[in-house]
Amino acid sequence: MKLKHILAGLCALAAVGGAIAAGADMGATQKQATNWTAITMFAIFVGATLWITKWAAAKTKSAADFYTAGGGITGFQNGLAIAGDYMSAASFLGISGLVFANGFDGLIFSIGWLVGWPVITFLMAERLRNLGKFTFADVASYRFSQTPMRTFAAIGSLVVVAFYMIAQMVGAGQLIKVLFGLEYIYAEILVGSIMMMYVLFGGMTATTWVQIIKACMLLAGATFMAVAVLFQFGFSPEAMFTKAVEVHAKKDAIMAPGALIKDPISAISVGMALMFGTAGLPHILMRFFTVPNAKEARKSVAWATTWIGYFYILTFIIGFGAITNLVQDPGSFYVGGEIAKGLKGGGNMAAVHLAKAVGGDMFLGFISAVAFATILAVVAGLTLSGASAVSHDLYASVFKKGQASSDDELRVSKITTVILGIVAVVLGIAFEKENVAYMVMLAFVIACSGNFPVLFMSVLWKNCTTKGAVTGGFVGLIMAVVLTIGSDSVWVAVMGNPKGSAWFPYNSAAIFSMTAAFVTIWLVSILDNSEQAKKERALYPAQQLRSETGVGAATASAH
Amino acid sequence: MQDIADRITANPKFLEFVAKRNSYSIVMTILGMVAYYGFILLVAFDKELLATKLGAGATTSLGVPLGVGVIAFTIVLTWIYVRRANSEFDETNEAIIREAQK
Repeated sequence: MKLKHILAGLCALAAVGGAIAAGADMGATQKQATNWTAITMFAIFVGATLWITKWAAAKTKSAADFYTAGGGITGFQNGLAIAGDYMSAASFLGISGLVFANGFDGLIFSIGWLVGWPVITFLMAERLRNLGKFTFADVASYRFSQTPMRTFAAIGSLVVVAFYMIAQMVGAGQLIKVLFGLEYIYAEILVGSIMMMYVLFGGMTATTWVQIIKACMLLAGATFMAVAVLFQFGFSPEAMFTKAVEVHAKKDAIMAPGALIKDPISAISVGMALMFGTAGLPHILMRFFTVPNAKEARKSVAWATTWIGYFYILTFIIGFGAITNLVQDPGSFYVGGEIAKGLKGGGNMAAVHLAKAVGGDMFLGFISAVAFATILAVVAGLTLSGASAVSHDLYASVFKKGQASSDDELRVSKITTVILGIVAVVLGIAFEKENVAYMVMLAFVIACSGNFPVLFMSVLWKNCTTKGAVTGGFVGLIMAVVLTIGSDSVWVAVMGNPKGSAWFPYNSAAIFSMTAAFVTIWLVSILDNSEQAKKERALYPAQQLRSETGVGAATASAH
Repeated sequence: MQDIADRITANPKFLEFVAKRNSYSIVMTILGMVAYYGFILLVAFDKELLATKLGAGATTSLGVPLGVGVIAFTIVLTWIYVRRANSEFDETNEAIIREAQK
């Protein structure tokens, strides 16, 4: 009875909204008419996830619950949650937009985003689970001096989280302007406050379930679109490609590699950033502590890899579907109805317009809501990992020397969550007019040059020492930032220096900064003959025992 | 607890097992990297090959099945590793721990 009333109310709301939207001035510039179907669907999603948050809040009592959902997530669930963290709005809209514009190049790009997963599966997953408790710093600092290692890991985490977050927040604001027809600033405050509620009250349990629900919605929506497109061509990709080549401005060039990869060094360097950066993203690494044991940790990555790979194949089909479908109705999808002027709302809108073309307004609303939910969920995950870096690594381990109580730690993480939420909104607003395209890539370069080498060497190389790891980590991190500033995407595109004046000639710094980090860790470690270094080397067998067998590993907390 | 740990480390089977699993991990990692970098180097050095049509009059280029193949290969490789690690390797691991607990 109650549900019926709510549904009736929502329908009435949608109807009124439709009337307002239809009567609104259509000469709007960037901001589109308020889209009530999308807003209603999004409201349902938010309602459902807040209800889950309420349920999760009752289960979130200790710091362990907050950081790791009590360790009670299964491998399959965690796989979906990891996939959810990884399938951001940028990858859904960005890659399908790239395929729409350049065809085959989009596929090259998406493959790069997938290949980091086997590396995590084969080398990191079970060791992370066996050595860690709440954050990847637990793993990296296992046998080392806590203060310097944790400080480095917290800085590495926060820097990666900051760049990733700015990109997401700016994307959220711009997306909502086009999709929902709401002001940029409302979008920022909306994302900031809803995700704060997830993290603050529901901790990892809520964040995980929000991520799982969103992953299912995104996979279902993308599957529907891809199947609808293939259906038009009798499930023959060949027929789809033929039609696409016929109507695309670049003709047959969309079936071959184009300008995306300009030289071999850039190609390898971008590949390294994507391949190893994934294994250094704090919000992804944190998910390995939410499962009960190494077996489930391995299953999580296998499922995550499966869903992400499947999703990238879908985005490729969706991109081609957009090529073949959108030209048939230029009036609805192109600026001024002219194909040469590009898509309404920009190149990233290909998937959104296709949703309308194949599924009408209802489905457009659904996909818009999914895209926004995606940003919300990813930002929540980032905030949680940032908060745990501050509370678990900086506060409890560095500042309190491991003597903080679970309650104190929990309180600090909640305060940090609120601060990070506000910072995210402020940064989102501050960067509104800035070009943030380079930021996700920069987050990956920093993760692969700072966090990953430190984690890898501390777990797998017995002669590694605190001095070596910390020095190497900072060398990698600083080089990653400096070289990225000198590259075309920042020096010219952001700082406005003349074309061709960028002093770092490649697309990505990874090949240099990651190598420098590994060499520095190795060199400083072998030159380190201090008493401390001897102690640390002597602790390696005990660490190896735990990382390889799981004996003594942190267990799931009882409920 | 320390006893068990010492007995595991002293057991030659333990080091043998770790070495075996690590070399398997490394072989799998190399396979994954060869597939990916092989593809990327083709993109960088032999764009013509990837642009080759699958047959006379076809539009689909060789790059498409190769690219989708790399994605499928990555997924399959991951599952092969996880299957073996979760059955054979975990059983050996548990046997070594059980032996140390006696």
